[in-house]
Amino acid sequence: MAGSHDHVEEALPPGKSFADRVYLPAVMRGLKLTVQKFFGTVTDKHATVQYPEVGIYDASEAERAIGHPNPRYRGEHILVKDEQGREKCVACLLCMAACPALCIHIEPEPTPPEWGDRERRPKVFEIDMLRCIYCGYCEEACPCDAIRLTPKFYTPTTSRTERVYDKERLLENNPAAQIPQRPAK
Amino acid sequence: MTEFVLTPGMIGFAATILKALFVIGMALQIVPGCIYFERKIAAYVQHRIGPNRVNFTIGTLRYLMPESMRDVIPEGLARVKLIPGSLQPLADAIKLAFKEEVIPEKADKLLYNLGPMLTFIPVGTALCFLPFGATLIVPDANLFGIEIQRTVIEMSVSNVVPGMLMLLAVSSLGVYGIACGGWGSGSKYPLMAAVRAAAQMVSYEVPLGIAFLIALASVGSLDGQEIVRNQAETWHGFGWLVFRQPLAALIFLVAMFAENNRLPFDLPEAEPELVGGYHTEYTGLKFAIFFLGEYCAMILMCGLFTTLFLGGWSLGPIEPVEVFGSTIEPLITAEGGILNVLLSVAVFTVKMLSVLLLQLWIRWTLPRFRYDQLMDLGWKVLTPLALANLAITAILISKFPNFTFFA
Repeated sequence: MAGSHDHVEEALPPGKSFADRVYLPAVMRGLKLTVQKFFGTVTDKHATVQYPEVGIYDASEAERAIGHPNPRYRGEHILVKDEQGREKCVACLLCMAACPALCIHIEPEPTPPEWGDRERRPKVFEIDMLRCIYCGYCEEACPCDAIRLTPKFYTPTTSRTERVYDKERLLENNPAAQIPQRPAK
Repeated sequence: MTEFVLTPGMIGFAATILKALFVIGMALQIVPGCIYFERKIAAYVQHRIGPNRVNFTIGTLRYLMPESMRDVIPEGLARVKLIPGSLQPLADAIKLAFKEEVIPEKADKLLYNLGPMLTFIPVGTALCFLPFGATLIVPDANLFGIEIQRTVIEMSVSNVVPGMLMLLAVSSLGVYGIACGGWGSGSKYPLMAAVRAAAQMVSYEVPLGIAFLIALASVGSLDGQEIVRNQAETWHGFGWLVFRQPLAALIFLVAMFAENNRLPFDLPEAEPELVGGYHTEYTGLKFAIFFLGEYCAMILMCGLFTTLFLGGWSLGPIEPVEVFGSTIEPLITAEGGILNVLLSVAVFTVKMLSVLLLQLWIRWTLPRFRYDQLMDLGWKVLTPLALANLAITAILISKFPNFTFFA
């Protein structure tokens, strides 16, 4: 199988010069790079955020850290309110239909007559956060911009039933309040 | 009251016990520090912070004080971290000590239990032959009615004359521990790791041994102290073999990494291929002893490199030197009192730790070699180079006995 062997030889990456084959110049370059990174971390920047004590949205820490959290991160949902503080949702059930995980449950009801601008609103709006895969299809499907995914990721609870969010909780969901504050010692 | 006489034999016996305790204590103390620095260096090289949760604070000192004095330290000062994460190795050790010990059902119990011991015992034995300081002379003296006779104490636990040969012979036995552990685990991955480790260590034993031989031939002695003295006497104290035999030093350094199964040659522990390597099936203290043996082997090899190529405990000349008409007194002499010995031990430790640091630094720089590349490097590059170097050295020694550049 001489032919296939030749092919393997051809596919070798560059580095057949003498300097590359004795490895030492490359090793020296590598050592120089790591020592630069080492002192770079000592004096300037590190990627780690001391998370429970320091929020990842704290401006001072975000400046110091190399990576910023992405504002388009898909975390927990929020039901958007309109100018009067009412939910924007018109209970069209499009998000429910779009959801691949079947985690949204909506029961519509007629709006009170004094609202005037729409006919339906959700009586029950529940999202099972344990089933949700955070794909963002509900956000895309919504014609009224009533449901959005926020960067909120800090979501521990002590029971499964708490993970089913009802309408009130979704309306009040606040990504800014997600960092747990430790009591001062 | 009859006068009590301390004969050289008695002093030597006591000194041997103290030296053994010192060496094993040093080795066991360097290991946690080494693990801490390894993790910190890894973190900093990768732009992380590393362990910083298990701290030794100024407030910790309170527990060493009597209860009435604890309020002396104010609350604000008490929370200052001395070295962030410095107690992490202690926490790890406690965790390992209290873990449940699981022995796999298919394990060969005898070999399984022998594995960790056989990794640690040869290393511990080999440490005995390492010369770690200048010779101590206890002078004739009379202290509180006890007569002390003049004694010469060599600063290595055992000062047999072919000590370096003993060291080489004993330290290579470490491969048995790994092979026993891998075979005795009764599991496929440890077995493969053990086979790799055995093949790798046997292969790299050859260039390591030849590089060793070049150093011994250049000096012309098998005695560790003599090797150090020779290096300190040549070239006004800086005739270190790393300058006289740079190629041998490089070969020794590379083979040393392979012998210790350190990156870039850590194939026996290649996590993506072999889970955890030959200690996959080990838990608790047995795993800890494997770990300890590995790090002690690193310390041993670094000490050996220091002795053979970096001038051991010597710093500059060991005898008065004439430079431009003026005489320079040596900082450390070959024989002397307790201060001289302490200084020489400190110099040895600093040199050894520098080589250790280089090992850690290289680990976080280089990627792992492929197995065929490893074998190529060992058999096709290092071994012929070492053999050629040995041949040239031998010819130069026989033709020019007084020529110190190579020999």
